[in-house]
Amino acid sequence: MKKRSLTWLLISVMAISMFLAGCGSKSTSSTAKDDTKSGSKKDTLVYGRGGDSTSLDPITTTEGETFKVTINIFENLVNYGKQDTTLHPGLAKSWEVSPDGLTYTFHLRQGVKFQDGTDFNADAVVFNFNRWMNGDEKQFPYYTMFGGFKKDPGHVIKEVKAVDQNTVQFILKRPMAPFLKNLAMSPFGIASPSAVKKWGDKFREHPVGTGPFKFVEWKQNDRIVLEKNPDYWQKGLPKLNKIIFRVIPENTARLNALANGEIDVMDGLNPSDEATVKANKNLQIIKRPSMNVGYLGFTVTRKPFDNKLVRQALSYAIDKKAIIKAFYGGQAIPAKNPMPPSIEGYNDAVQDYPYDLEKAKQLLAQAGYPNGFSMDLWAMPVARPYMPEGMKIAEVIQEDLSKIGVKAKIQSVDWATYLQKATKGDFDAYMLGWTGDNGDPDNFLYALLDKDSIGSNNYSRYDNPQVHDLLIKAQQEADQTKRNDLYKQAQQIIHDDAPWVPLVHSTPLLAASKDVVNYVPHPTGSEVLSEVEFK
Amino acid sequence: MLTYTVRRIFSLIPVLIGMTLVVFAIIHAIPGNPAQVILGQRATKEAVRELTEQLGLNKPWIIQYFEYIKALLHGDLGISLRTRGPINEEIWPYLMATLELTIVAMLIAIIIGVNAGIISAWFNNSWFDYVAMVLALIGVSLPIFWLGLMEQWAFSIQLGWLPTTGREDVRDPVSAITNLYLLDTLMQGRIDQFWTVLQHLILPSLALATIPMAIIARMTRATMLEVMKSDFIRTARAKGLRMFWVVYKHSFKNAIIPVLTVIGLQTGLLLGGAILTETIFGWPGIGRYLYDAITYRDYPVIQSGILIIASLFVLINLIVDLLYVFIDPRIKYTK
Repeated sequence: MKKRSLTWLLISVMAISMFLAGCGSKSTSSTAKDDTKSGSKKDTLVYGRGGDSTSLDPITTTEGETFKVTINIFENLVNYGKQDTTLHPGLAKSWEVSPDGLTYTFHLRQGVKFQDGTDFNADAVVFNFNRWMNGDEKQFPYYTMFGGFKKDPGHVIKEVKAVDQNTVQFILKRPMAPFLKNLAMSPFGIASPSAVKKWGDKFREHPVGTGPFKFVEWKQNDRIVLEKNPDYWQKGLPKLNKIIFRVIPENTARLNALANGEIDVMDGLNPSDEATVKANKNLQIIKRPSMNVGYLGFTVTRKPFDNKLVRQALSYAIDKKAIIKAFYGGQAIPAKNPMPPSIEGYNDAVQDYPYDLEKAKQLLAQAGYPNGFSMDLWAMPVARPYMPEGMKIAEVIQEDLSKIGVKAKIQSVDWATYLQKATKGDFDAYMLGWTGDNGDPDNFLYALLDKDSIGSNNYSRYDNPQVHDLLIKAQQEADQTKRNDLYKQAQQIIHDDAPWVPLVHSTPLLAASKDVVNYVPHPTGSEVLSEVEFK
Repeated sequence: MLTYTVRRIFSLIPVLIGMTLVVFAIIHAIPGNPAQVILGQRATKEAVRELTEQLGLNKPWIIQYFEYIKALLHGDLGISLRTRGPINEEIWPYLMATLELTIVAMLIAIIIGVNAGIISAWFNNSWFDYVAMVLALIGVSLPIFWLGLMEQWAFSIQLGWLPTTGREDVRDPVSAITNLYLLDTLMQGRIDQFWTVLQHLILPSLALATIPMAIIARMTRATMLEVMKSDFIRTARAKGLRMFWVVYKHSFKNAIIPVLTVIGLQTGLLLGGAILTETIFGWPGIGRYLYDAITYRDYPVIQSGILIIASLFVLINLIVDLLYVFIDPRIKYTK
């Protein structure tokens, strides 16, 4: 009996193998490409990316993969420009700032509805801000942009009130110039109060906003599906019917999927794959404007880096172009300021230190180090878009410095310890970078180089009272043009003091199928896809 | 047989207890305060204190352990720190995705591996034997990462036969019931979707199957060679039995035990160790769930994932042990 059952087992196993073999050949006739190329006009965009969102309630996270999705579901009171961080009307069609910079009055767009059919109005805005500022650190990273929560003394918003159905007023405790820019950040998208109440903690899986697309489905680590919002207030938009965000972790596999037509757009293209994409006549490259900076910093309280001439000498000795060519696949621009050009207030008049070894040696001699000196050079242990290969870039810098007699010893340590040591000012020279949060110069210059930031992100311990005055004045200045002037002055002083050698602003690459049009990438890393369509 | 089964199941209890102890210890193995590590640098003291309380880290460890076990027995795996969802709900689709991939991969590995091994032993030192064993050697040494990308390049981009990544055509997604898509599509009578799902399975399961296939083939060949030298095989052949039956029935049945052991071990490995395959083929499986958890330091998920994979390993071993008795009646565990 048992013998026979074994025989049957073997026979059935054989049969299954034949069946599977049959499937293999059968699948050759119906190709995967058929499905995508059929139909008259494509209206479903499949977006391939490396990681999944952690939440679809944007206020609960600081993570970019979330905002790529939520920016299509939620809208803000004010918006960034198409490819920069200038301010434009959003859900507020206009606004006024009182002369003392303490009262912001927003006039809301009328007739806008949330995707669940409820009305967008002043009460909804007040509801959202009350929800956020009464939260805590574990719930919402709100505090990082507005100085704490309602209960904290440092909280900048005194009151948010609905003047009438279409007017909202914010009263601040003290002037805060980046206030409007903060409001344009993805986390502060306005959610439907009734949906928030309905779903409670589960709102992160059931987002409802006023945006061009509404949420349909989220299958974790696999896909998020959004569908056209038929009642969207901007007539004629969105042009797509559906967006599917797919997770394909491996960059090369994602490119394979793009080449095979399974996805239409991908982010995170390896710079080395640029040539492959260019050689494929069905694909196109899309470049995202940079909003980061990678730099070599000096701790200006340590010898010999307390000497401005030494810092300038080293600035002359580093060949940024060679670094970009070798490690960024050409996908970066040399940096001359601590902030990238996509941010308004960027001082393009600053003249970068050219690569000039003679000048460098001359300055070193002038500073009293004609034969150079020895130093530690700390290399970033993790890869970031602004610093893809810290160790190797450090080696190139080491080589450059040796040409002017400076002997750099490369050091590294795990990332947490690295940041800790940097905060304490334990490094002679170190490599780091920064990606902007709100697209405001304050978020670069004040956060990274003001004396108030020593002990947090001013790892160089750079302390120039003149710069401090300018940055504080800029924080309180309501007129954007005047602010930009103040920041430009600060950049010039920082350039002359040379606490850093700004190295690069890297340009993230996307690739897309050729028939995708109107895809305009935003420097913040997330963009509304309402105008994207297929040819 | 029944008493053996019962005894065997009871003997699992100490193993399972040991497992929970190890998993429980993971969070205590973090140097410093785990709550601080989890929350990161910018966290305030209050937030750290709250999380410490929430994780129960301020209580004596023995009490923490019993609370952990109590929750486990209630099917509560805790809350993911990253997504804030209950882990026992979240983990299910991942587990099923991995299970489907593993089953198909192991089917391929067993069918091809066992047959290749048998035929190699049957026609020992023939060209087939040499080719099969060289291929097996290549199979165990191929890096999956490279193999997966090559498969995509050849079968998707060059030939256009198969899709590169994912489990289904996202433009026409499967509505999940069990999350085993082959089953779900059949249950819904969507034969067209069944084919697409099958197409999506072929490349990743082939990549995943190479190593176990090679190991199974080599193991089968080795034990078959040994068995085929035995006296009873000579007797069977002397009786005039057809060679096919001698090989597939008499010999293989006596050679199957070590092969079964290898199959069990390999299945266990695939269930937990498919991270590379899942990454290359964008397969939303348990390996990636765990990998993400590790990069985000999501300790409750890491604990649960390891616990589940280890339990599956134990379960598969149990099944294999029971199969021994079923297949080979000479193995008697009752005194």
